[in-house]
Amino acid sequence: MFETVKYEVTNGVAWITLNRPDKLNAFTEQLNKEVQQSVKQASRDKEVRCLVITGEGRAFCSGQDLQGVNEEMDHGEILRRFYNPMVMEIHRCEKPIIAAVNGVAAGAGMSLALACDFRLLSDKANFFEAFIHVGLVPDAGNLYFLPKLIGHAKAMELAVLGEKINAEEAKELGLATKVIPMEQWQAEITAFAEKVASMPTAAIAVIKKNLKASWESTLEDSLERDAQGQRIAGLTLDHKEGVAAFMQKRKPVFQGK
Amino acid sequence: MSNSYETIDVSQQGKLGLIALNRPKVLNAINRTMVSELLAAMEGFESDSSVKAIVLSGNGRAFAAGADIDEMANDHAIDFELRNQFKDWDRLAMIKKPIIGAVQGFALGGGFELALCCDLLYAAENAEFGFPEVNLGVMPGAGGTQRLTKLVGKTKAMEWLFTGKRITAREALHHGIVNQLIAEELLLEETMKAAEQISSQAPIAIRLIKEAVLKAVDTPLNEGMEFERKNFYLLFSTEDQKEGMNAFIEKRRPQFKGK
Repeated sequence: MFETVKYEVTNGVAWITLNRPDKLNAFTEQLNKEVQQSVKQASRDKEVRCLVITGEGRAFCSGQDLQGVNEEMDHGEILRRFYNPMVMEIHRCEKPIIAAVNGVAAGAGMSLALACDFRLLSDKANFFEAFIHVGLVPDAGNLYFLPKLIGHAKAMELAVLGEKINAEEAKELGLATKVIPMEQWQAEITAFAEKVASMPTAAIAVIKKNLKASWESTLEDSLERDAQGQRIAGLTLDHKEGVAAFMQKRKPVFQGK
Repeated sequence: MSNSYETIDVSQQGKLGLIALNRPKVLNAINRTMVSELLAAMEGFESDSSVKAIVLSGNGRAFAAGADIDEMANDHAIDFELRNQFKDWDRLAMIKKPIIGAVQGFALGGGFELALCCDLLYAAENAEFGFPEVNLGVMPGAGGTQRLTKLVGKTKAMEWLFTGKRITAREALHHGIVNQLIAEELLLEETMKAAEQISSQAPIAIRLIKEAVLKAVDTPLNEGMEFERKNFYLLFSTEDQKEGMNAFIEKRRPQFKGK
């Protein structure tokens, strides 16, 4: 149903694979839309409890496809029409989203990874704020997420100096949950994603929501949100299961309900 | 109270009268039957002394996504005039007991106008308000241009009415359209708590406060002040005033009787 994205659901995980390997998975309007639609589909699918966004071939995503870019283009309009709805769809998603960064994540490709909840990096991966080298500015949420993830000072360095950040450096900055050698890549990202998918994902949804809200909240509002969130989590089957399993000294089986 | 309505669910829980719009398949689109049933239910609660406050919500994903367009698409101006289309709406606005609204999902067009008839509004974080009438070549007809403008001022009202743009729950909170945002799962539970709190206050005080606040919306200040003063004096003829002030002096909780 998608042309530029491969979409499949296995063991509770929706795999969204950017699939323009010969173009290093560069964004076109179609790819923007298909990422948006596939995230929406996974959000709605009750079977799905975790999403993975990754890239086919040797790149994660090299950013905007420069073919088709010309001087008459209104860059702002392209963002409003194609990138921003994609980023908002990811941001709205209540399920955990993992960026499995298999190779280069440059420009808006980096923004895509930043919008996710976790970043697993292969040892071949790197982040590259390419925008400044063509006289542009990081977009698609890049400057929103980056300082929240690594702090203002480091975000400034990356965005302005535009140096390539390899996987180890990314790990040190806090941009990688884990760096995985290429030989174990598929096995490890699958294990990680399926583990997350088997967690109490209803509680994860509340954690995601409240963490996001914390950036624009007073302590008082956050405390109220904690109370509402805990009330919601306290009513879930997973909470009951967690307590029962603890009492019975067995492993809990969570359903995300 | 029995539920003999076609388009709404009506029940009572303690001191609260509950009305839920109940056409979930059409996102609670408001048709004429619904408005007249709403009014009947509200007036029922109004005359029932065991009910102290009314909670209005919508069943399903939305509060109310708008008016039933099919019902009016072929109407002419004179049809509206002769039917006196909005007379039930006018009477809704005259209910004296507090109406507390719980909005999740869409409150658009007529749904937004209905929400604006509530005295307090609690909204789920997914709530979206708006007046899309302009996109159909018309405009709100049940108070939208008047109540929204009085609520948020000309600047935003004009923008939202010209564009039909959706107003997010956060914007609605920011502009004072809603009182509080609540997680969707807990919307009704928390709204009920707020309503229960109000229903435990002295009912006549609540009634006269509602009357005075609504008066303030379109009365010059000096007239409003006079009105307020008369209501204030009037409360000193109630038993609840004596009880409230005695309880305060005796450092105990008051027991209000609604007398």
